Amino acid sequence: MSAFPLTRLLDNASTIFLALLAAFAIAIPVLNLLVPAGSGLHVSTYLVALFGKYICYAMLALSIDLIWGYAGILSLGHGAFFALGGYAMGMYLMRQIGARGVYANPILPDFMVFLNWQELPLYWYGFNHFAYAALMIVLVPGLVAFVFGWFAFRSRVTGVYLSIITQAMTYALMLGFFRNNFGFGGNNGLTDFKDILGFNVQAEGTRNALLVVSCLALALSFLICRTIVTSKFGKVLVAIRDAEARTRFLGYRVEAYKLFVFTLSACMAGVAGALYVPQVGIINPGEFAPANSIEAVIWVAVGGRGTLTGAVLGAFVVNYAKTFFTSGWLAPYWLFVLGGLFVAVTLLLPRGIVGTFEWWHERRAEKKITALPASAPHAAE
Amino acid sequence: MEPKTTSALLYLDAITVSFDGFKALNELSFVIEPREMRAIIGPNGAGKTTMMDVITGKTRPDSGDVFFEQGSYDLSKLDETEIAELGIGRKFQKPTVFDMHSVEDNLLLALKNDRSVRATLIWENTSSQQNRIHEILDTIRLKNMRSRVAGSLSHGQKQWLEIGMLLAQGPKLLLVDEPVAGMTDAETLQTAELLKDINRDRTVIVVEHDMAFVRELGVKVTCLHEGSVLAEGTIDQVSTNDRVVEVYLGR
Repeated sequence: MSAFPLTRLLDNASTIFLALLAAFAIAIPVLNLLVPAGSGLHVSTYLVALFGKYICYAMLALSIDLIWGYAGILSLGHGAFFALGGYAMGMYLMRQIGARGVYANPILPDFMVFLNWQELPLYWYGFNHFAYAALMIVLVPGLVAFVFGWFAFRSRVTGVYLSIITQAMTYALMLGFFRNNFGFGGNNGLTDFKDILGFNVQAEGTRNALLVVSCLALALSFLICRTIVTSKFGKVLVAIRDAEARTRFLGYRVEAYKLFVFTLSACMAGVAGALYVPQVGIINPGEFAPANSIEAVIWVAVGGRGTLTGAVLGAFVVNYAKTFFTSGWLAPYWLFVLGGLFVAVTLLLPRGIVGTFEWWHERRAEKKITALPASAPHAAE
Repeated sequence: MEPKTTSALLYLDAITVSFDGFKALNELSFVIEPREMRAIIGPNGAGKTTMMDVITGKTRPDSGDVFFEQGSYDLSKLDETEIAELGIGRKFQKPTVFDMHSVEDNLLLALKNDRSVRATLIWENTSSQQNRIHEILDTIRLKNMRSRVAGSLSHGQKQWLEIGMLLAQGPKLLLVDEPVAGMTDAETLQTAELLKDINRDRTVIVVEHDMAFVRELGVKVTCLHEGSVLAEGTIDQVSTNDRVVEVYLGR
């Protein structure tokens, strides 16, 4: 009986996914640090940072799949939680610069000195401690999602209306963060980071470490999501997705379920954003742009909603395509490719890559069962 | 609010509900005794669905009293979830099972259990739950279908699964809306048997248009018209009532 929850948690696809992720987390740093630069197998530090970024995107996609694929909550503003986590990390990194900034102010970040601010705003206090920043990375997106969700779900805002107000939320936050007097660096955002936990953020070793930590965070998020979707809670979520009113009549507090999973998903997105920021070296209000959130939803749709592994795959495939298209002469056409991809997936592959594969696999298994009609009733008994 | 003294399980008194001036229910009153099975008939727009909505808390009455369990609960002050928790289960007209879940999981979700987020997160399958699910599968004649996805069941089977889900909630009162709509004659008969089985230890209210089915149930009938009770009695009394013939049967 004790082995049962583990087999429930790790089906074949999950085991393969975690094994691949572990291999990735080991292979990339080895190929970067141990294989000499001249070798064909060498992975450049640029690629390490790029892959680290993809892993963070994959985590964001995973958090969206948890609420969209399983609970039917289509958030078109999840980039906001990603950005909030990113800003919390950015604030920590800013405080680490200390007197090494252009204006050499030991307390105030450069942009505050530039704006003639005399003292640190209260909400910047504590961010010089990593533990406090780490807490805020989870707490701030979680709290925003909780308050937002509490009002939205209690008022039974669902479907396209919910999607629209999530867009409005991220847009409003973007406008706020663009303002200088908001205290987060205005349109320049937070950048010029030096150290994280005493290590130089630019150093090869730190970049590899950040990649490994991101992979671990992705694996942990994946396990949390699997725990949730394989529990009875997960079955209730799917029930809410498919027939919300019916679930309510069964006596489930639909808004409590949605609120829990929405808040958890936002915390996950926040951690993803926090790991993203030191790897790309900047966080600015552009991260709140509604288009970013929509793009993240496309990753999930491409990979296959309601599969978890599909969200990760989708984030990798679409972002790899984006890197490929935006770095050559094809650059002006990227948005057409992305739009076309979304249309093509919706029309031709509504289950996404992983979803279609699973469906095809199940169909084959069913055919095998129906091919042996004599044994079928026994199996059912 | 003065405590109500009534022996009735469900007590409706002078319920009025209006939508934009149209009175869907007009001073509707009736009582259901414990362990009773009642059939509700009436033409379209008579207020049958609105009556169900009021009992289950989906619609709040403009005036009147709805009491449950010998007058201990005022249903007009509770929401859907609270009413479901009190033990009133509803089967909708259109079968709404969870298509993507297996038959077994549909029943599991309906099973009377702690419905909180915490309880479902740490939930573990137990043999007593499994036994209860097996019993219900037996009752609703879907034992061989238990691992099938509910979306692949026939219309009649979905209706039975939905009735099974109601049973799993262990309700004191079952509201069943048009259970035999779209069923074959054989399925209709089986459904009547099923409801009689269930009525052995539970109170049931059935809303149905199919007079042959209502006759098969052989219980007290209430005929609604324009939001209030037109006639009440045995199927023979009601179906020979002049006004019932005029507004409902005679058409």
